[in-house]
Amino acid sequence: MPEQLAFALEVTANGLMAGVLYALVALGFVLIYKASGIFNYAQGVMALFAALTLAGIMDGQVPFSHLINAIFGTDVHYFGWNVPAFLAILLTMVVMIALAYAVQRLVFRHLVGQEPIILFMATIGLAYFLEGVGDLMWGSDIKSMDVGLPQGINGWIDNTTFELFGYGFFIDNLDIVASIIAALLVIGLVIYAQYTKQGRAMRAVADDHQAALSVGVSLNFIWILVWSLAGFVALVAGIMWGTKSGVQFSLSLIALKALPVLMLGGFTSIPGAIVGGLIIGVGEKLFEFLIGAPFLGGATENWFAYMLALIFLVFRPQGLFGEKIIERV
Amino acid sequence: MNMKMRLKLTTVALGVTLAAGPAMAELVFPSLSYRTGPYAANGIPFADGYADYFTLLNERDGGIGGEPIRMIECETGYNTEKGVECYESTKGEGALVYQPLSTGITYQLIPKATADGIPVHSMGYGRTSAKDGAVFKSIFNYPANYWDGASVAIKHLLDINGGSLEGKKIALVYHNSAYGKEPIRTLEELSKKHGFELSLLPIDHPGQEQKSQWLQIRREKPDNVIMYGWGVMNQVAVQEAANIRYPMDQFIGIWWSGSENDVRPAGEAANGYKALTFHNVGSDFPVFADIQKFVVDSGKAAGAGDQIGTALYNRGLYAAMLAAEAAKTAQGIHNTKALTPAQMRDGMEALEITEAKMAGLGLPNFGPEFKVSCENHGGNGLVAVSQWDAAADSWSLITDYVQSDQDVLEPLIAEDAAAFAAEAGITPGC
Repeated sequence: MPEQLAFALEVTANGLMAGVLYALVALGFVLIYKASGIFNYAQGVMALFAALTLAGIMDGQVPFSHLINAIFGTDVHYFGWNVPAFLAILLTMVVMIALAYAVQRLVFRHLVGQEPIILFMATIGLAYFLEGVGDLMWGSDIKSMDVGLPQGINGWIDNTTFELFGYGFFIDNLDIVASIIAALLVIGLVIYAQYTKQGRAMRAVADDHQAALSVGVSLNFIWILVWSLAGFVALVAGIMWGTKSGVQFSLSLIALKALPVLMLGGFTSIPGAIVGGLIIGVGEKLFEFLIGAPFLGGATENWFAYMLALIFLVFRPQGLFGEKIIERV
Repeated sequence: MNMKMRLKLTTVALGVTLAAGPAMAELVFPSLSYRTGPYAANGIPFADGYADYFTLLNERDGGIGGEPIRMIECETGYNTEKGVECYESTKGEGALVYQPLSTGITYQLIPKATADGIPVHSMGYGRTSAKDGAVFKSIFNYPANYWDGASVAIKHLLDINGGSLEGKKIALVYHNSAYGKEPIRTLEELSKKHGFELSLLPIDHPGQEQKSQWLQIRREKPDNVIMYGWGVMNQVAVQEAANIRYPMDQFIGIWWSGSENDVRPAGEAANGYKALTFHNVGSDFPVFADIQKFVVDSGKAAGAGDQIGTALYNRGLYAAMLAAEAAKTAQGIHNTKALTPAQMRDGMEALEITEAKMAGLGLPNFGPEFKVSCENHGGNGLVAVSQWDAAADSWSLITDYVQSDQDVLEPLIAEDAAAFAAEAGITPGC
């Protein structure tokens, strides 16, 4: 096999893996938008907040320690124990559900029926508030995320591709794990939405929340449920991205990677988020490999992802899998 | 509030003001810090080191030359607009010198501070050609700049490659910004001189996704990688290098890619990674005992006291020490304790840092010796290489301070400074 073709295949495989990571972030946006029509600007910060909370719990960090020490003159920072990853994930999920409850009760319950732009503004406020609370609660230092996920080159793929193509492909073990988890997550969400009572209620609210209300579906409960699910997706995304780069405040910027995925896949489709992520991942990586790096000086991935999404948007404004909105006069 | 109550409060306020008497003259040092935002993890230790050194001088020595220090901290969030706002809102307080801690803010402040006659010290960042004091009269970038870093990285590679880089491949992984692009021209000149092949790998902000660049490195197998990164870009780069099993001891970062924050997330895999530095590392210096006694133990530390001895804390402390020494020099020149920004500028231009002076400050062998002059606002370009020991969780210097290749750098600096002078209508002169 020609060397360039082997390289292109390796880049494609890595693009697919990167796309899965983008899709993980996009999924959270889709869940909330589908159920409530809110474009949740805070989704990236939720991933950060979830990752900070998980890392803090695992390290046995005292939340709000700086504040406590400043008020009471104490010097406490750690409890002196480490919490196992599985238990810490469960505890973090409890925090994310509590957050979902608080967001619903304190913010969105009061904004029912408002214009989408008002709801969007509320999520901007929520994003900055959460970032500040995360800082106050867990500090600004960069934390390691070690929940036992493997990292580094996959030896089996390296050896097998070397035997087949004469060039060993690099595939990161973490990306493989992320792909498996993303697939399980999507399957789980689809099953939950299709076959459970809450899932059906969630879909009913997504279709027409007034009709759902009229048949006794609790809008408040569904919105708390959806924000909790988005919190769970944010936690998964936070774990994956936090393992790659450490848990730090720039983690919230991963939302920037989800936007072209949403533009391409549509804001209302869970499979759309996955397919959109894969197209963006492969597209940007192949463009960088074939055109960006050799002819344009590199660093084309960020803008190319948006350009690709824009092209799709021009021909299919609702995205690949989005619902076409038809308004009759 | 009724009229009677308002009158009472006014009387009390007036009484308090009169009792306090006239305000004492103070030496005002603004700290343009960033304790919030995506880069807070790096901004906090620097700001803590900067503040703690001034607190130490106030608590132990009563200030500088008996004159108390007032540090005004202003949060920039590493945002250029906010940084300029900080400058505008604090310059009227009698600010003696600004350390913007951002290349973007520095570029914006160069014309403003020059017009206002307030010196700017961009230590290891900012506009490299500000070293030419004949053009940049109020701007200082001692003891080293980005181009010194690039040159010393190549000198180090020459050292570990038996004095020749002929036919070697060196990749520059850089933040795709004005900062990250700074070393390109220098490295291009050095590649002509030493015969190595240079490849450029830009990474867009913030740098969380670098797979393409590291796959390219894996394919092209450069002998060495030099990195000019910042923030999350550094941690991801170190992790990706580990993932592709790139030898860490062939991977060198500039000083802004050389903090504990950059290597700890990768754990053991980061062992052996190298970073350039223009000051020493660790807390094994007498001054830290004083900081513990006069600052931390007395509850006056700027942070929680947990950053002491980290690379960026030491850099903040070093920046404050250089500012304090320049203020002392200015007090000597002008025979006055209270200083104006113009006098502070004179002190900076006459600053000389010797080993005896640093030892006297409790910082033996902490930084290179250098002398500032009207023509040279950038020092001697002495830079050392440090290496990360993951098991010991610490950096250590593995070289002496080495001077950058002045034959290559001086013409580049002169060329860039002349271009700025022509553009800004400045007549160079000392």
